[in-house]
This record gives sequence, C-alpha cells and structure tokens, in this order.
Amino acid sequence: MTARIGVVTFPGSLDDRDTQRAIRLAGAEPVALWHKDKDLHQVDAVVLCGGFSYGDYLRAGAIARFSPVMEPLIEQAKAGLPVLGICNGFQILTEAHLLPGAMLGNDHLHFICKDQKLRVENAGTLWTSDYEQGQEISIPLKNMDGRYVADQYTLDKLEAEGRVAFRYIARGEAADGYGNPNGSLRDIAGITNEAGNVVGLMPHPEHAVEPLIGTGRTDGLPFFTSILKKLVNA
Amino acid sequence: MARVVVDVMLKPEILDPQGQAVQRALPRLGFEGISDVRQGKRFELEVDGPVDEAALARIHDLAESFLANTVIEDFTVKVEEVAEAAK
Repeated sequence: MTARIGVVTFPGSLDDRDTQRAIRLAGAEPVALWHKDKDLHQVDAVVLCGGFSYGDYLRAGAIARFSPVMEPLIEQAKAGLPVLGICNGFQILTEAHLLPGAMLGNDHLHFICKDQKLRVENAGTLWTSDYEQGQEISIPLKNMDGRYVADQYTLDKLEAEGRVAFRYIARGEAADGYGNPNGSLRDIAGITNEAGNVVGLMPHPEHAVEPLIGTGRTDGLPFFTSILKKLVNA
Repeated sequence: MARVVVDVMLKPEILDPQGQAVQRALPRLGFEGISDVRQGKRFELEVDGPVDEAALARIHDLAESFLANTVIEDFTVKVEEVAEAAK
C-alpha cells in the first residue's frame, strides 16, 4: 500500500492538479481535499498548493487560514502530520502560525515568474531527505507576495536551529545575476518548523517533476519522493 | 448603530515598497517636502447595537487575529460617531 497525500483546494487555488500529478509521479496516491472539509480523510500528509486563495484579499493566505479544513490540519500538524506549503500554501502556513514570520509583496512590486536557483540548506526535514545537504536546484518561482520577513530574533533563531530549509542563490558564482528575487530577508526561500514535519517555500517543486516541462529537469521531484519514503517506511 | 474603525499599518521596521513608490511619484506631481510615505489599511465596521466595552474587546480580538497580522503590522481601534443625518 502506498501513502495517501492530500492536496487542499481553496477558492482560487491554481496548482492543485499539478501537485496531485507530482504526487502520482512520485508513486503516492493523491487525495483531493476541499476547503470546506471538516476532516482530512485519514491522509498521511497534506500539501497546501499555490494560487490566490480568496483572491489574496486582506493578506495572502489570511482568509484561507480560517477555512474549515484548516482546523484539523493545524491540530494534526502540531502533532506531527507532514505538511508542505508551496507559495500560497507557505503564506497560509505563516498566517496560521505553523511557521514563523510573514510574507509581503515583492520588494520590486512586480509579479515574478522565472526559473530560480535554490540551495537546499536543510536536507533533514520530512520533505527534503532525498536531497543532499547544500544541493543546488532550479525550480520555477512565480508570485506577487514572496518577500519573507521576520524579526531579527526569529531570523537568528531559524539560522541557529538550521530551520532555513531553502535559500535563493542570489550571490556568488552560482547565482543567475538577478540577485534576490523578491527582497526576502537573508535570501530565505523556505523554512521548516522545529520538528521538520511542516515545511513551506515560495518556489514550485510540483512544476519541475518531469524532464519535458518546467526547468527541463526533475529538481522538484525529491520533495514528493522524500515524503513517500518516510511514510512507506514508517 | 455605530462605526468602529480599525487602522492597520506595517510596523515601522518593515519595508513598504508601495509607500515608497507613492513617495517617489510626488515630486513629479509637484508635491515637494514629503520625505516619507507609508501605506496602510482602514477597516470600517458597522456595529449593530451598542459599542460597549465587551463589543470593543471582541473587535480588538478580531483585529489582532484577523484584520492585522501582528508579526508585521500594528493596529488601532477607535469608535467613530455616525451622524444621525447620514442614516
């Protein structure tokens, strides 16, 4: 039996189908969850996908965070349920305070859509164990509100505890020359909670799981194979 | 009926690129001498019934948990008199 991984669709979600497809390609069974669901249908893990839930009104993720499905999700995530938040999903996780900090509009005020190089800074989470520590990957980045912010204390704590999971490669030889894509503090692209079961990032691994599309590589696939191995071997 | 106004502003240490863009446009429009602009949000809540201490406390909770994200924003709550004529 394989693992069942839920993908929540909110009003305005965009990437639910791509996320389900990525889960299927990794060998797991995707389970469609609806924002009004009051339980999680006994899934083994959940992905909150990208899009513009509730039109990003108020703040990105702020209204979705109070959807009925979020109640069991928050409770179970605190108890260890693996949850991955991609883009809007990351914004929802910060709004739900499952991850620290907040997301704000890109510093250049433009929507961004490009292939983005990242460094895997923590290959020890449930969602990143199929990467090597320090591995450089390239996956699509597309967002309006991608600027990660947190206070100095939180940033220092995240760094000290190795909870910066992904960093934009914005400087040095490996960088693409465009620098930090959205003004995120300390070039942070994604973070993990203390336990390593809740991970959020702005770029989109689910769009880079087949050689023919996305960045032309399968750099995003290890997210889904990582969690599958953890769940199947559990 | 009364109106309660919740003003939400980004904390001073948080970069506000929208405010900066507005500020940069000012000289083009002939406005000089404005050194900084910060943009916020204003919510006008029309409250049924009296705005007593309990109602205000509930609105304060609402502002803290929903209207503002206190990780990045500060907020104020104030009661506004609604003119009889406007009803």
